[in-house]
Amino acid sequence: MTTSETRIIVRVGPDDFDVGAEIEALQDGDPAVGAVTSFVGYCRDEDGRLAALELEYYPGMAEAEIGRVVNEAVARWPLLAVTVVHRGGRIKPGERIVLVAVSSSHRDAAFAACDYIMDFLKTRAPFWKKEHPADRSEGGWVEAKAHDDARAERWKDEKG
Amino acid sequence: MSREPVLIRYFAWVRERIGLSDERLVLPETVVTAGDLVRWLADRGEAYAFAFETPETIRVAVDQLHIEQDEPIGSAREIALFPPMTGG
Repeated sequence: MTTSETRIIVRVGPDDFDVGAEIEALQDGDPAVGAVTSFVGYCRDEDGRLAALELEYYPGMAEAEIGRVVNEAVARWPLLAVTVVHRGGRIKPGERIVLVAVSSSHRDAAFAACDYIMDFLKTRAPFWKKEHPADRSEGGWVEAKAHDDARAERWKDEKG
Repeated sequence: MSREPVLIRYFAWVRERIGLSDERLVLPETVVTAGDLVRWLADRGEAYAFAFETPETIRVAVDQLHIEQDEPIGSAREIALFPPMTGG
């Protein structure tokens, strides 16, 4: 780990984000940056079934819990900067929901940390999705997937 | 000495089933763990019984930190109850 602090940005709210600008900002003229990886999550239309998703979250804890996940990643890999943006409110198919972007000197750490942050954001950050069906029927809450828990579990046996 | 009221917050389908996003409650001394709180709330009426009909699925956060149901709530100021998370 370098002596300088990792630059961390965590933002939660209704506003969309500019993926290009966020990724460029991670390099931010820092000549130590050799790799930036990113994940962008979008709202799917589920084969035309879905009109929108409603993303509810726990203000305060959402930012805090994402921050704790990011700090774990920073402790595990030599990261130079991390940006996480998660939107709340009504989001239509094709719109962005989440961005995780990570910079490091080398790609291994950047890929792994991005993957790690996304896995734990899914299982620990207090967000809940409700579906608004295209046929205007009463929507239901999305159920948590065992697959997501399994993905988070696998980090317990892996070294950074 | 009686306890201070605690801000209890509900999210997602727990909130919808109870019909409240939050309320201030004085918790009895018998409520020690997060699991005790879930069981005590489930006894408060039909809507609560519906919200907590599968108590093991309920997640609990004390002062905005996740805790397990067998962990004590301590002198929490704010406790949130919600379903498993589905963000990202």
